[in-house]
Amino acid sequence: MSVDKRARFIGREPMALLEDELRVRGFSEVALGYTEEQAISEAKRCLKCKNPKCQLGCPVNIDIKDFIALTAEGKFIEAYKKIKEKNSLPAVCGRVCPQEEQCEVECIVGLKGEPVAIGRLERFVSDYALTKEHKKIVCEVSAGKKVAVVGSGPAGLACAGELAKLCYDVTMYEAFHEPGGVLMYGIPEFRLPKGIVKEEVEFLKEAGVKIECNVIIGKTLTIDDLFEMGFEAVFLGTGAGLPYFLGLEGENLNGVYSANEFLTRVNLMRAYRFPEYKTPVYVGNHVAVIGAGNVAMDAARTARRLGATVHIIYRRSEEEMPARKEEIEHAKEEGIGFLTLANPMKVIGDEKGYVKEIVCQQMELGEPDESGRRRPQAIPGSEFTLPVDTLVVAVGQGPNPIVTQATPDLATNKWGNIIADEQTGATSIPGVYAGGDVVTGAATVIKAMGAGKIAAAGIHNYLTNK
Amino acid sequence: MYKVLRKKVLTDTGVDRVILLDIEAPLVAKKHKPGHFVMLRIDEKGERVPLTIADANPETGAVTIIAQEVGSTSKQLGRLEAGDHILDFVGPLGQAAHYPEHKHVVCIGGGLGVAPLYPEVKHLYQTGSHVTSIVGARNKDLILLESEMQEYSHEFYIATDDGSYGTKGFVTTILQELIDSNTPVDLVIAIGPIPMMKAVANLTRKYEIKTLVSLNSLMVDGTGMCGACRVTVGGETKFTCIDGPEFDGHLVDFDEQMRRLSMYKDKEKEVLIQEGCGGANGCQ
Repeated sequence: MSVDKRARFIGREPMALLEDELRVRGFSEVALGYTEEQAISEAKRCLKCKNPKCQLGCPVNIDIKDFIALTAEGKFIEAYKKIKEKNSLPAVCGRVCPQEEQCEVECIVGLKGEPVAIGRLERFVSDYALTKEHKKIVCEVSAGKKVAVVGSGPAGLACAGELAKLCYDVTMYEAFHEPGGVLMYGIPEFRLPKGIVKEEVEFLKEAGVKIECNVIIGKTLTIDDLFEMGFEAVFLGTGAGLPYFLGLEGENLNGVYSANEFLTRVNLMRAYRFPEYKTPVYVGNHVAVIGAGNVAMDAARTARRLGATVHIIYRRSEEEMPARKEEIEHAKEEGIGFLTLANPMKVIGDEKGYVKEIVCQQMELGEPDESGRRRPQAIPGSEFTLPVDTLVVAVGQGPNPIVTQATPDLATNKWGNIIADEQTGATSIPGVYAGGDVVTGAATVIKAMGAGKIAAAGIHNYLTNK
Repeated sequence: MYKVLRKKVLTDTGVDRVILLDIEAPLVAKKHKPGHFVMLRIDEKGERVPLTIADANPETGAVTIIAQEVGSTSKQLGRLEAGDHILDFVGPLGQAAHYPEHKHVVCIGGGLGVAPLYPEVKHLYQTGSHVTSIVGARNKDLILLESEMQEYSHEFYIATDDGSYGTKGFVTTILQELIDSNTPVDLVIAIGPIPMMKAVANLTRKYEIKTLVSLNSLMVDGTGMCGACRVTVGGETKFTCIDGPEFDGHLVDFDEQMRRLSMYKDKEKEVLIQEGCGGANGCQ
């Protein structure tokens, strides 16, 4: 049977989206996923390259070609298991990975048309598997050695998953009352339903991973305590949990939030159901979000759902925005305004000390800087004022300092990030490994997971040869 | 789940009610040092709130917290009894209080501020400092931990706004008298309502007496992650949860703190009304 290869180059299967009007009235997931037919049809667009370049672009080296081939045959559970060999959180990654700059950017089909929708397929088979009975990964022979995983975000979950597969006795420590890290407190329900994170955490529990919430390593227990308790290795995946501010005049006015605070109040503490849930959040009629990364888009779209008109303020142009394209598109569809080339200057409050307006300066793009991005420069006399009731600052986060402050022997760089070997995750303390945002600074879910996996292998090697 | 081991009503005037709870949290009790606080959440729908630790017993695993029933969470805490459980209790958080050698330390506690002050007084007394304590409140009924404070103080004074107990006036009235009597003071620790801490800091600034204050900022996580607790200290933004809660009282922007603490006043009323607790007389 001959295959019409041209069909592959036409376009990918579109993914159904929640209607715009419905979106801003609630927190339901926006991207609705493929049907079985769509998944098979999309999977058939794959050329099955001899040297699949897409796989090289994946931070956890998923066997993309094989899982797509299985999907094309309708063997969804097998496809899921194929992904799961390399990626412990496929339902999450299928939703939040920047595929357009990782796997899909390398896809040969993409040279002449749209690349194969690898992320959407990953999501489809994962969602399919979560709804069907399938055999869970259960370790049969216990290695008997105890390993502590600190932080239950993407890096910790990936590391714990790998260690559980290798039959270690794993305990994961989480400072918050729920496991999941940024997947729970940061990424909103409409982009990553919390039920999916919970399923992934359940999966780890079934594989024997113990989870201890409300324990802060560096405070409740130190790393020394963990070794004394019989843990033979420790993985630190404590994340980038220290929000940056801009140092603007008026930034400590009431109604000025870090994106972390705003999102944590709404996501983890469910402030959108206030006063039934008792954590309040202050959202007036006009919200501005400073920054244009994924976190900024999440904050803006969240504020929109809480009933405000929302503007993104970004000092470069749309081209330089670090957010995933899809997030920017969704934000636009939901009516969020974009003030690009606008540099925030100062925040002005009312007589009660609540934020009232933000003063910005219009910028233009000059010569490229070291990063290759054209450097914005101010246009003299271009100041303008935007009225705001709430201002969210989403300009990045630094590493959380609690573990490093409590562990003076743990080597850090000048920004406070833990120094860890790229190949093994090893830190300056024998038996202590680290990975994810606390090492690299704020990055992506999948990169943190990749680091968690590498550290799991490093720990396995260390404990095997110990 | 964290068990309530003991409950005691410290004050109940009909208008003001202050309660003490011992919570079973052995890991927190073991690590507690003066200056630390905890974050707690009573149930699934509850808020995460910071509370200072009034005492901790590493042997029994009990951590003592004291709360005045003002908001929804503290009123709910007040309804708990021994044997009940709270869902989340995490700590100890913040920087432990750190004192270089001080011969004479004046410890000033206003209202509920006596709770976090008490472990500091005890620690200073036991490590050889000369401790003068000044406890202040609106009236006699609101004086907390009087005998406990007295036990670990070389000198002990009380001031009430209405003169119903001790000296009539403010804690600063007594502090001024101490300074006027030429008693050398190496360090002042002041914990209480912001106007009190501000007044103490303003007074000691004139005499260049180092003064530490402890802030009870709004917090969500308590681990440096959200920045809700930010405070300007010496012109720089600090996070109370990881940099504090104790700061140099001469450098804190108290007005900003006061304003930030009032951020959710209206929202708080909404919750109370929803729970049928509109007034100050507790809930039905």
